[in-house]
Amino acid sequence: MRRFARLLAIAGVAAGLAALPVAPVRAVQPDEVLPDAKLEARARAISAGLRCLVCQNQSIDDSDAPLARDLRILVRERLKAGDSDAAVRDFVVSRYGEFVLLKPPFGPHTLLLWAGPFAVLLAGVVALAILARRRRAVEPEAAAPLDAREKAALDELLRDGS
Amino acid sequence: MIVEIGHFALALALGLSLVQCALPLWGARMRDPALMGIATPAALGAFLCVAVAFAALTLAYVQSDFSVLNVVENSHSTQPLLYRFTSVWGNHEGSMLLWVLILTLFGALVALSRRSLPERLRANALAAQGAIAIAFLAFILVTSNPFARVTPAPFEGQDLNPILQDLGLAIHPPLLYLGYVGFSISFAFAAAALIEGRIDAVWARAVRPWTLTAWLFLTLGIAMGSYWAYYELGWGGWWFWDPVENASLMPWLAGTALLHSTIVMEKRDALKVWTVLLAILTFSLSLLGTFLVRSGVLTSVHAFATDPARGVFILAILVAFIGGSLALFAWRAPMLKPGGLFAPVSREGALVLNNLLLASACATVFIGTLYPLALEALTGDKISVGEPFFNATFLPIVVPLLAVLPLGQSLAWKRGDLLGTAERLFAAFALALAATLAAVAFAEGGPVVAVLGLALGFFLVAGSLADIVNRSWTRGMPLATAWRRARGLPRSAWGMAVAHAAVGLVAIGIAAQAWSTETLAVMKPGEVAAAGPYQLRLDAVLPRTGPNYREDVARFSVMRHGETVGTVEAMKRLYVTRGMPTTEAGIMTRGPSQLYVSLGEPQPGGGLGVRFYWKPYVLLIWGGALFMAAGGALSLTDRRLRVGAPARARAAALPAATPAE
Repeated sequence: MRRFARLLAIAGVAAGLAALPVAPVRAVQPDEVLPDAKLEARARAISAGLRCLVCQNQSIDDSDAPLARDLRILVRERLKAGDSDAAVRDFVVSRYGEFVLLKPPFGPHTLLLWAGPFAVLLAGVVALAILARRRRAVEPEAAAPLDAREKAALDELLRDGS
Repeated sequence: MIVEIGHFALALALGLSLVQCALPLWGARMRDPALMGIATPAALGAFLCVAVAFAALTLAYVQSDFSVLNVVENSHSTQPLLYRFTSVWGNHEGSMLLWVLILTLFGALVALSRRSLPERLRANALAAQGAIAIAFLAFILVTSNPFARVTPAPFEGQDLNPILQDLGLAIHPPLLYLGYVGFSISFAFAAAALIEGRIDAVWARAVRPWTLTAWLFLTLGIAMGSYWAYYELGWGGWWFWDPVENASLMPWLAGTALLHSTIVMEKRDALKVWTVLLAILTFSLSLLGTFLVRSGVLTSVHAFATDPARGVFILAILVAFIGGSLALFAWRAPMLKPGGLFAPVSREGALVLNNLLLASACATVFIGTLYPLALEALTGDKISVGEPFFNATFLPIVVPLLAVLPLGQSLAWKRGDLLGTAERLFAAFALALAATLAAVAFAEGGPVVAVLGLALGFFLVAGSLADIVNRSWTRGMPLATAWRRARGLPRSAWGMAVAHAAVGLVAIGIAAQAWSTETLAVMKPGEVAAAGPYQLRLDAVLPRTGPNYREDVARFSVMRHGETVGTVEAMKRLYVTRGMPTTEAGIMTRGPSQLYVSLGEPQPGGGLGVRFYWKPYVLLIWGGALFMAAGGALSLTDRRLRVGAPARARAAALPAATPAE
């Protein structure tokens, strides 16, 4: 299934997107909208989290690609059939792979991704604490001595100033 | 002939950059003033040569010289003059030339600014700057020659990509590059400090104006790019967490941190090693951004070049400069004297917190942008990292930063009084709370997150106001005196207040988008649809012909309470040469808010699909960025930075109770 998705992506790039930057965007069309406002709101929320497979970094909610439209309709069909939000997402993932989720699922392969930012923050705090402790033990040192040329320049400056 | 002169000038610039790199470096080592002095004419000459090359290419574009391959591929004789001109950098080769033009411009400016810079520092910095110029000039000459001829010359060019035929292309890349490349100066000075093994407050004072200049241009460049995407892409989004956007956000975050740490170094002679590292990292991230965009690693909105040879070359530059500078850092940094001690509750302590959070935010964007690439390269798994990820990781780091900002801004240097400062901010806090409550009452409720965002924004604005008031007014003082004192505050104090208040404006603008509305409609002429507080009537759909495109124009009358307040036009265009369609959103600005109309497809049952957005206070997002840059500019005109000497007389006239800026 993942190979299928990749194929689709390659085909899309080869066909239309070779002329990048982006094609104009039209996204959700009026004829796709569900009559039930509550269901439609759920569909929009789910769509915003699903990636359009043939575009770069667009959700299917924003994209006008035919595949995105098919996916939007698919999402709405599953919702009408009574699926929960999670079930709809799982269904789409089972067909297109995790690549379709704009929010990567938490797992061993994304551990560094999710924990990374906070690990960096924590490491910064720890480093600061260690530095502060070590620094307190060390006396501040004297300033670096000037070399001969700089000394001459300084003397000259001081003469001018007086 | 002119094109060949341009090519030759570029090669000459490479030669001069070699001189600029090698001789001053040797001169600084030998302490030979003559050798060090060569840096100035070499840097000026390199800039002049690149300017000649750039002018030659520009001339070829303006005259539509289709014997030049680059012009054939990216221009067309029917393009308006402005777009023939901006086409120069609307492609890979030309934009790299612009990059180098700005790089050598900064080199020349450093060479010309003689004031109070230690001789060796200046020579070493110009040498480092020359090394960067060598790498990128070689890159252009070897892999991306913009001056290649084509025979036989075609009769007509292939047109610039229609999406790029916009005023945005005239403004966005030059501003962005001024920012990206401006950080090369901070980088060059950091490398110079490491080579010399010495760093002090003089260094900080020399570097800060350059960092500030680069930062303010990068701020403008990012804001301009965001607004361009907003009106061009047609669905009203203004930030997409696209890798290319992230590539510019990373140096901005690091540069913002650098700006603040340099202040600590200048005032308190502390954070030296960290500041040097930040200077290296900031420009490294600029290089990384250039690599991500230029190599085509990410096939994305901006990547109009995909050529592996170029990718490998830029990767080599990246590895050489980042690896080289970090190795230099690891080798020489232990020789730098650590700075003085300071108390955690103080202005400098607050600035350390600022740096910690900004660096973490930057790391978050870095991880989110590169993790999918790394994972795919290592395991073949493909994942997507989009907005939901950044909302869950970036915001928890940035929001606390903004929340404590007003507090840090008002703390005194050396030893701050947390309780006293909080008391002084009480009025600001109350003001922000009142403003938030008023806004929520006016909007009749809203999502909790958005309300918190509003409160944060108001607090930042009120906090900056409070800072200025507290510095110039004490209880019982006549207002005239306070006003005089406020005007007497250093420009850097005003710059800081303006920039920080501007951050608040951006926060308010972003939070206000929670109240934006979206309407989908199928319309026939004469029908009316609602968008926010306005009603729009489709008057007519008319065909129109532009210089190099045809378009259908949908004209809407905008009404409020039954009265017409204006018209707005949205277009669907077809660019003839490339046969490429685009949509041009119709935008009507009402105060700081906007009405945004985007055309869709004709519907099966007749009628036109239209999307309307009402975006309250959306202009604050970019207006805030403009104010941020204005704050930077204000700070740049501060006497201290201009003359490199501490402000005297006026500061002495103020009572000592005023906290130092």
